Amino acid sequence: MSDATERMSQMDALRALHAVRHAGDVIITSMGAARDWMVLGAGPLDLPLVPSSMGTAPAIGLGIALAQPHRRVIVVNGDGAMLMNLGSLVTITAAAPANLVLILADNGVYEVTGAQPTPGSPAARADGASVDFIGMARAAGFRSLHHWSNAGEWERHIAHVLDGPGPTFVLLDVARVPGAVGPRSPGPAPARASELRRRLTPQGDGSEASYPRTP
Amino acid sequence: MFSGDEMAALFTEMGITHVVSIADSTIGPWHPAIERTDGLRLVRVCREGEAWAVAGGLYLGGATPLVMIQCTGLFESGDALRNILHDWQLPIFSVIGYRSYLNQTTLPGDTCLVFTEPVLDAWRIDYRLITAPAQRDEILAHYIACRDASRPGAALIAEGKA
Repeated sequence: MSDATERMSQMDALRALHAVRHAGDVIITSMGAARDWMVLGAGPLDLPLVPSSMGTAPAIGLGIALAQPHRRVIVVNGDGAMLMNLGSLVTITAAAPANLVLILADNGVYEVTGAQPTPGSPAARADGASVDFIGMARAAGFRSLHHWSNAGEWERHIAHVLDGPGPTFVLLDVARVPGAVGPRSPGPAPARASELRRRLTPQGDGSEASYPRTP
Repeated sequence: MFSGDEMAALFTEMGITHVVSIADSTIGPWHPAIERTDGLRLVRVCREGEAWAVAGGLYLGGATPLVMIQCTGLFESGDALRNILHDWQLPIFSVIGYRSYLNQTTLPGDTCLVFTEPVLDAWRIDYRLITAPAQRDEILAHYIACRDASRPGAALIAEGKA
């Protein structure tokens, strides 16, 4: 969690993404982001990762991005989940898929379990300092790095950020949601997986691939 | 037991597109052959739990991945494989190195020999224990059976040193 004093709401952050995403994008969301994304309306190629193994959303996104190199894959992860699998930053840059965007929504807490601070939050650290997610991503090899706290700034830049060559890392400072609950699965996971694979494979009826962008 | 070229040829025959792996002293030497084989891509991960998730994503995207890790990594990666293989029921096949099986002098009392097969059973992974090169085709047959039944499976490869 950065020490930014201004924070956007996660819903506003996701609303901006929802407005500019392409029909052919795959959007993978985890935990609180999955809950809010489903409120906004998940598309047929989206994967609200419920149920999940916490921390694996970036890895699943990497797999889809490698299998579908002409389709943009956007993962929205939380800071608690990111801390659980920091090595995925290195795994992603090792494979270097140009079509993968990893968005980290940082609120500093394990929101759905009662807002306990993560070890990366100043509130839980002996020195009271923030961990530097942008610095970590840079050190892991990301070259496309972005950081916003203000929803308006995020909205102004999001299309440009998503259209650039990846892998891309975006840090968004988001506000905590008091009393937030975890996401509910929108349906049986095996059937959702089968349907997503069918839509993504050449024989499927998924929307046209979205990356690279064409004029 | 097997050379890298033999394993790469086997994976090609299986129709594998991506091998998601972390090296050990048996598996690692296979990596170069996999990398130079047309049609196969080696995806290196940092921990084994990632391997199941990357493979799951590859499968969802239409690829035919395989996870290749040591049994110690199997122990590490339980929750990720539970989610991918059982929650989402993605039929990921794996090749798992069985540390110390063929040489129990390097690490006397290695508990890999105690826990590996019970853990595979606990995770309901249908596996075949491979202890000799002559069983090469048994791996292929087991893979085909698992693929056709759309269920996960594994080849447990006995390793000769820790």
